Amino acid sequence: MIRLEALTKIYPSSHGGTASVDRVSFEVGAGETCVLLGPSGCGKTTTLRMINRLVAPTSGKVFIDGRDTSAADPVELRRTIGYVIQQIGLFPNMTVAENIGVVPRLLNWDRTRMRRRAEELLAMLALEPAEFLDRYPNELSGGQAQRVGVARALAADPPVLLMDEPFGAVDPVNREVIQDEFLRMQKSLRKTVLFVSHDIDEAVKMADRIAIFRAGRLEQYAPPDELLGRPANEFVAGFVGSDRTLKRLRRITVGEVMSPADASAAPDAPAVAPGDDLRRVVTLFLERGVDVLRCVDAGGRLVGVVTRDAVAVRLAAGANRNGPGASRR
Amino acid sequence: MTTATRSWEMRQRSLLPYAVLAGIALAIVWVLVASGLWTDVLRYRKDIIYLTKQHLVLVAVSGSAAIVTGIGLGIWLSRPAMARYAEATIQAVNMATSIPTLGKLALMMTLLGIGPLPAIVGLWIATLLPIVRNTYAGLRAVPAHLVDAAQGMGMSPGAILRRVELPNALFVIFAGIRTAMAVNVGTAPIAFLIGGGGLGELIFTGIDLQEYGMMLAGAIPTALLAVAVDFLFGQAQYWLVPRGVNPLRNS
Repeated sequence: MIRLEALTKIYPSSHGGTASVDRVSFEVGAGETCVLLGPSGCGKTTTLRMINRLVAPTSGKVFIDGRDTSAADPVELRRTIGYVIQQIGLFPNMTVAENIGVVPRLLNWDRTRMRRRAEELLAMLALEPAEFLDRYPNELSGGQAQRVGVARALAADPPVLLMDEPFGAVDPVNREVIQDEFLRMQKSLRKTVLFVSHDIDEAVKMADRIAIFRAGRLEQYAPPDELLGRPANEFVAGFVGSDRTLKRLRRITVGEVMSPADASAAPDAPAVAPGDDLRRVVTLFLERGVDVLRCVDAGGRLVGVVTRDAVAVRLAAGANRNGPGASRR
Repeated sequence: MTTATRSWEMRQRSLLPYAVLAGIALAIVWVLVASGLWTDVLRYRKDIIYLTKQHLVLVAVSGSAAIVTGIGLGIWLSRPAMARYAEATIQAVNMATSIPTLGKLALMMTLLGIGPLPAIVGLWIATLLPIVRNTYAGLRAVPAHLVDAAQGMGMSPGAILRRVELPNALFVIFAGIRTAMAVNVGTAPIAFLIGGGGLGELIFTGIDLQEYGMMLAGAIPTALLAVAVDFLFGQAQYWLVPRGVNPLRNS
């Protein structure tokens, strides 16, 4: 769990200095993915770099699992926090195995353990260990290098992962693939992830919670559905875009909007699965010109129906709801 | 093509210049033998052995001192704390490089008198400069994001220098060392002029007396030494610079 308390960074300048990050406070629960989102120069990267103390805060505090990080030795602290950057930063003088072994080596693991760990991580990231362990970074494609970058950050199994636009340098097709892989991995690893992005679609896809920044201030901190359904102000609404309702569809599953039905309900309606998101539902509504869909499980048994009304109610509810996780200014 | 055959081909390519040189050397030896100069040269066998030892001491002492101090100075200049003075220092180094080596030796003689010491100091300074310059430039050229990644993973400044910065600058540093050692070996015969001894004794005396045999008795070992030293550092560069950052080993 990570807690930021009035975290502030002021870079001195001739006219007294402006706050690059201005009294930012929020909390990321253990195992959650929080995306820091905003236009360039909004302070999201500086905020991230204050968590592993690559940037020293002017004031304010960061707590990881309740411990004040300013009390820790920065070098020791960083070995417990995974770090992935946009340029990937694989060391070209080291093989893939050596790159992944950087932090384990700092922690004095023995050779066989480091090698085993590198094999395990590459396999997890869909790279054949035998083929990649002894390659150098200049023998990898962009997507492969990015996977190795993630493997390197995970090497010593840190509970916290900081990612600064980690998939920014990968082409759009590969980016989708790597994002999906990362989501699948995160489902089982449950790391606490802070993820900087300037891409609203990526944020909606990856985040449990999104923190939107403008000019060093936190504008809204909320789960994607709430951020899109109930933007706190004009800036957030503008940043998430006028198609924000369409974006919400991705994060709502059929299971959330279906209602129970008996076996005879809508026998000819197209079928969806409970795990599908509403993009699929809406597509079928429009393509087939229907108002109701059957929802069937993996075995083909009917488990419920989805109606247009139910979808409309769900979208409206999100837009008016007050409750836990409501935006904090 | 497998990695093994590819690297073998690259090895062959890197050895090609030396093969050409060996061919030229053989041709020269043939000319010497045919013209009878060879027997003249061999008359100085004892001198050659004695002076080659002196010569090697000059080159080895000044060269290794220059490598150690040059890399040290280059590292020091590349540290963030030195950023304000580094460029000015490098400019001064460049200016000092432009002083002809003979001039440097003459200056050393004025300061330190005659003998091997001023010769070694003069050679050291002449050899130092390319190493400082290349070490500094090589370290500065290491991408900032590599240092950032290293820091972010919890490497100490010393570990970043040893395991990230130096390995990535090593190819450029070696290029500096090769240039420097070429200067060193090429200049070492002049040491004789300030009483430093070495093979220059045979060369310059040979010229003065118009004794071609004597002159060649100094010149041939000097030339061989130059080739050998360059070969040595070329091989070191090939094998010691990690494959991922070694242009000679991945094309």
